[in-house]
Amino acid sequence: MSKKIVVPFGPQHPVLPEPIHLDLVLEDETVIDVVPSIGYIHRGLETLVAKREFTEYVYVAERTCGICSFIHGMTYCQGVEQIMDLEIPARAHYLRTIWSEYSRLHSHLLWLGLFADAMGFENLFMNSWRLREFVLDVLEETTGGRVIQGSCKVGGVRRDISDEKLAAMAGDLKSFETELSDLSEVFLHDDSLKSRLVGVGTLSRTDAYDLGAAGPVARGSGVAIDLRKTGYAAYRELRFEPATESAGDCYARCAVRIRELFSSIDLIRQAVETMPEGEIEVKVKGMPDGEYFSRSEQPRGELVHYLKGNGTKHLVRSRIRTPTLTNVPSLVKMLQGCELADVPVIVLSIDPCIGCMER
Amino acid sequence: MTYLKRSPWIIHYDASSCNGCDIEVLACLTPMYDVERFGIVNTGNPKHADIFVVTGSINEQNREVVKNIYEQMPDPKVVVAVGICAASGGVFRECYNVSGGIDKIIPVDVYVPGCAARPESIIDGIVKSLSILEEKRTKMNSPAAKKDTQSGGIQ
Repeated sequence: MSKKIVVPFGPQHPVLPEPIHLDLVLEDETVIDVVPSIGYIHRGLETLVAKREFTEYVYVAERTCGICSFIHGMTYCQGVEQIMDLEIPARAHYLRTIWSEYSRLHSHLLWLGLFADAMGFENLFMNSWRLREFVLDVLEETTGGRVIQGSCKVGGVRRDISDEKLAAMAGDLKSFETELSDLSEVFLHDDSLKSRLVGVGTLSRTDAYDLGAAGPVARGSGVAIDLRKTGYAAYRELRFEPATESAGDCYARCAVRIRELFSSIDLIRQAVETMPEGEIEVKVKGMPDGEYFSRSEQPRGELVHYLKGNGTKHLVRSRIRTPTLTNVPSLVKMLQGCELADVPVIVLSIDPCIGCMER
Repeated sequence: MTYLKRSPWIIHYDASSCNGCDIEVLACLTPMYDVERFGIVNTGNPKHADIFVVTGSINEQNREVVKNIYEQMPDPKVVVAVGICAASGGVFRECYNVSGGIDKIIPVDVYVPGCAARPESIIDGIVKSLSILEEKRTKMNSPAAKKDTQSGGIQ
């Protein structure tokens, strides 16, 4: 029996855009155990509900994470609207759906790039990010912000998108889709990529379920959980199926995200086609009194905002549960038994978003 | 400055940012903005880096990490604080685990404003830092500084 050694991975590491620390226990080149430690970017923003009014806290909620900021803002707003029994106009629901799906496109393309970079495929990284700029341009034109949009508010949305712009957006998706097909061709069929991904970091369906995996990690292992199916915002009126794969390895998780990119494009098209006319916001009267678990599907999985108000302008409690945190136990499971050289790829395959995770 | 004398390498560390600025720092390197064509490379090794790009503010856990990376970088070096969080704590200023801007721990040369900072302003900040880097290099190589180093003094 060979000697065990411990190799630190992070917090500052070339493949990690954000800090997480893993102690890898190795026997020769094989990882036999992993001890994660977190807290490098914990800010404690949940306590800010006591200092910001419930309508202002949207800005803080959006800054939980810079990648899926719109979805955080929207989930918070949905929670407050439920507590206050606010019925928001249908057009606002549709606009929120469109921006959520653009956020998903931007997040998944960002991840594809970082994933390629973790494998040392620089060219593919650059191409994914080149394509991502198209999505950011749309977000900037319609909301004013590239990564932090600030277009969601309690009671609706801040900006409308004109019908001409909506039609132009749907039209532009065509060329985007063609380019995306070319890109996904490489991710799904390139031999060198397959040799890095197939059979690496396998997570069985039972493990994924028992460890509480969320989002593409769960769906890559065959657990068909997609919170959009609960029908928040305009999703109840749009048709889509959760993308699932059964293999549970890095390749399956990559394939799930690529299929989701295409389903997002489809959802945007459907939303543009069936967009109702009307107001985009309602007036907010009174103060929130009560509690609500607001759930939504973030690019990385299930996002929960628990909110509790007591009839004053400050909420009493906010609790945010993010998908990356629930995926860490699955990550530890995947890493056990893998080769040291595969660690960066496996870590990236859960799409870690530490900014969300530590809040 | 009119031209680049050398190819400065940057090291990026996310202190406690929300990610918004981090992905914008990376966006500078990718085809839309593409600063790599000027030889500006994002390295993961502090010992290879000239410019330390920090996003987000200081908290108890990352205090040592930021200090450690800064100390491992060879002289001359400059620090660019990207985003309002790195300057003062920004929207998270009143959070219990945020002790403030990066300048509480290490000297900062350039502050880039914005939440999230736009790639254009980040590039602008890096360009500004290049002239500071050059100044520091000239100062380091001056006969007076060399004499100081030989006699064991710190410049």
